Amino acid sequence: MSALNYPRHWKRPPQIIHHPGWRRALSVAAVVYLVLAIGSLEVDWQRVSIGLERGQRFVMGFLQPDFVSRQRDIVSGLSESLTMTLTSTVVGILISIPIGIGAARNLTPRPVYLICRSIIAVSRSLQEIIIAIFLVAMFGFGPFAGFLTLAFATIGFLAKLLADDIEEASSTQLEAIRATGASWWQMINYAVEPQVLPRLIGLSLYRLDINFRESAVIGIVGAGGIGATLNTAIDRYEYDSAGAILLIIIAIVMVSEYVSGLVRKWVQ
Amino acid sequence: MLTIKGLSKTYRTGDSALKNVSLTVPGGQIIGLIGPSGAGKSTLIRCINRLVEPTSGQVLLGDIDLTRLGGAGLRVQRRRIGMIFQEYALVERLTVMENVLSGRLGYVPFWRSWTRRFPGEDIQRAWALLDRVGLMDHANKRADTLSGGQRQRVGIARALAQAPELLLIDEPTASLDPRTSRQIMRLLTELCAERQLPAIVNIHDVPLARQFVQRLIGLRAGEVVFDGPPEALDEAMLTHIYGEEEWQTNAPEEDDAPPAPAMPEARALAS
Amino acid sequence: MNEPQHHSPQHYSQLWQWRTPRTKLLLWAGWLALVALFVWCWQVMTQDTIWMFVQDAPSQAADIGSRMVPPRWSYLPELLKPLWDTLNMATLGTLGGVIMAVPVAFLAARNTTPSVALVRPVALFIIVTSRSINSLIWALLLVAVIGPGLLAGIVAIALRSIGFVAKLLYEAIEETDARQIEAITATGAGRAQVLNYGYLPQLLPAFCGISVFRWDINIRESAILGLVGAGGLGLKLQASLNVLAWPQVTMILLLILGTVVVSEWVSARVRRAII
Repeated sequence: MSALNYPRHWKRPPQIIHHPGWRRALSVAAVVYLVLAIGSLEVDWQRVSIGLERGQRFVMGFLQPDFVSRQRDIVSGLSESLTMTLTSTVVGILISIPIGIGAARNLTPRPVYLICRSIIAVSRSLQEIIIAIFLVAMFGFGPFAGFLTLAFATIGFLAKLLADDIEEASSTQLEAIRATGASWWQMINYAVEPQVLPRLIGLSLYRLDINFRESAVIGIVGAGGIGATLNTAIDRYEYDSAGAILLIIIAIVMVSEYVSGLVRKWVQ
Repeated sequence: MLTIKGLSKTYRTGDSALKNVSLTVPGGQIIGLIGPSGAGKSTLIRCINRLVEPTSGQVLLGDIDLTRLGGAGLRVQRRRIGMIFQEYALVERLTVMENVLSGRLGYVPFWRSWTRRFPGEDIQRAWALLDRVGLMDHANKRADTLSGGQRQRVGIARALAQAPELLLIDEPTASLDPRTSRQIMRLLTELCAERQLPAIVNIHDVPLARQFVQRLIGLRAGEVVFDGPPEALDEAMLTHIYGEEEWQTNAPEEDDAPPAPAMPEARALAS
Repeated sequence: MNEPQHHSPQHYSQLWQWRTPRTKLLLWAGWLALVALFVWCWQVMTQDTIWMFVQDAPSQAADIGSRMVPPRWSYLPELLKPLWDTLNMATLGTLGGVIMAVPVAFLAARNTTPSVALVRPVALFIIVTSRSINSLIWALLLVAVIGPGLLAGIVAIALRSIGFVAKLLYEAIEETDARQIEAITATGAGRAQVLNYGYLPQLLPAFCGISVFRWDINIRESAILGLVGAGGLGLKLQASLNVLAWPQVTMILLLILGTVVVSEWVSARVRRAII
């Protein structure tokens, strides 16, 4: 077979942006942006090089954590975090269920739907830490403000997913139950609950996990929990205690991820 | 020429898929490998280019023992063996041309394949092959936009782009309709004849195999139970290969040979 | 009407129970335990709470609320540079994180890791560490280590992104079509070539989607990193809170909200274009 008559060249045609001008413009724009962005960084390299030595100490602290010398602070911070996590998740779930049902278009009248959806939107668009700042200003320092923050964030998270789930839930099942002459409550109980419940349990566990991680953060602005302890440890340059706290957080997250994985498998 | 000596494969679960298989494939010969599902057809083919590691035995391509090679040596030898797959196994998000050129990967350094700057001869060869399988106009299309038959042609072109000395063909027609199956089998036999290329075709469809190959090998529970020309494969032998019960319940309506064997296959697939 | 005799209802039990008494009992015990745990946690948590402050909260809220409006629009020009810093922190941090996440993901995926027993657990540990520590905590650490400024923020965002991107990416790697990989391997391609021709085309859409998604999240996160000294809008927020300049706080929050909405829109558009 003679291959000599065939072309010796082939170029891969562009896959996403077909117009060559646009492609060039986009890559130029990307380069210009990177140059500008990196150029506007003001890095004090002297400070960084001093910091590297500190970084080394932190890594050492992480490898040789000190659980003992700040034990009391760690224990009280941890108990605040854990209790805050549990109570806020439970309260959050309890409130998010009616709001989630209210925010499902196929179940509720329009005005209720709009009110519930806007509660969700407010809760979702504000970061936990910003909510915490306000709640600390209103309710004073301590885990109670943290509890309220996490509960509020849970509502936005769970109610949204629950509402989307209900809207996606099979409408034929809904109609079948409605056709038997069931009341609104019976409809929720027989058509919606069985379809949505397993996922709700899974999501609740997932949120429990998130709430614990967040509880480690909101302490920075005074809402109690392990975050406050960590903040103090870092401020005092006690990297071995900080390392210990971080390892505890990682361990708890790992355990809870593992457990919630098991529970989710068991529920579904 | 390919020689297999005493090839065995035992999976970690303890299932033995191949038991002491020996055979020789001379140049230019197309061999059809038949047998029920689970007989070890696919394992045998994959043991030859070591996509599956054989437990013991030898695979000689020319005079090189493939089972003793490691790493780079194995990759150089794999270039000499083209493989065609049941579900085409094209890289779906790449263009047809890239799929054909990927047959040259063993020959080009990494930077060339990364930048898609293949040598001129490779590109010429790829165009020639695309022309031969009738897909010249489709070179710049993404592989997942093609029909089943077209995809299998790309798969054939990719295997031939390797300039192989042996073709391994795993169920080339199992995902195709009867007419396209015939076309693909005809194309394969023509291409092998043009190049004096030996091939092992692992095939479910016994009538199709009879029509197109010169030699059949029957595999049952990992052992070779038949090796001969298609004419020598009689009903008793088919019963022996595919098993007693299924065969006889489907046999009566048969007059000559072809149509019947499809049924036990279907059974075997379903089980 | 013509129902055969044995179908008449009287023959059947009137009792039907969904669950056996035993599982019912267990279920009730479980619920009771949960309620008890909740009450106990509540008591532990609130033992130091000063309820006077809590009662006072509504009037506090009203007070802060009234001070927050109207927002101080004239503050906006001062916020443009911090906004630019925030965007850069998110973008550069995402870039850095994604670059580090790719090798980690390939080491963590069952089908590409060089060693399931040794390398994979290390990669998984990196992922868990990065994921369990919030970017604000990373920033807290880094500000202490390399000093306040954008660099600390960028590194914090990058470190937090590694775990997120690597986790989703390694799940995508484990879901790749093994036959396509097998076919490329059979041509005699080298390891790098198999990655390039077998894995990369299959992963590219997921990879871009994940990166853009993370970028979107990072915009939100970088807006507040300044609270611990890592630069950007958060720095201004912290400064305004310190002097109780509530109208400025409102202005900053509105700007953050606007940025988040825009970035969400961009990320949704890009993801739709890719898939």
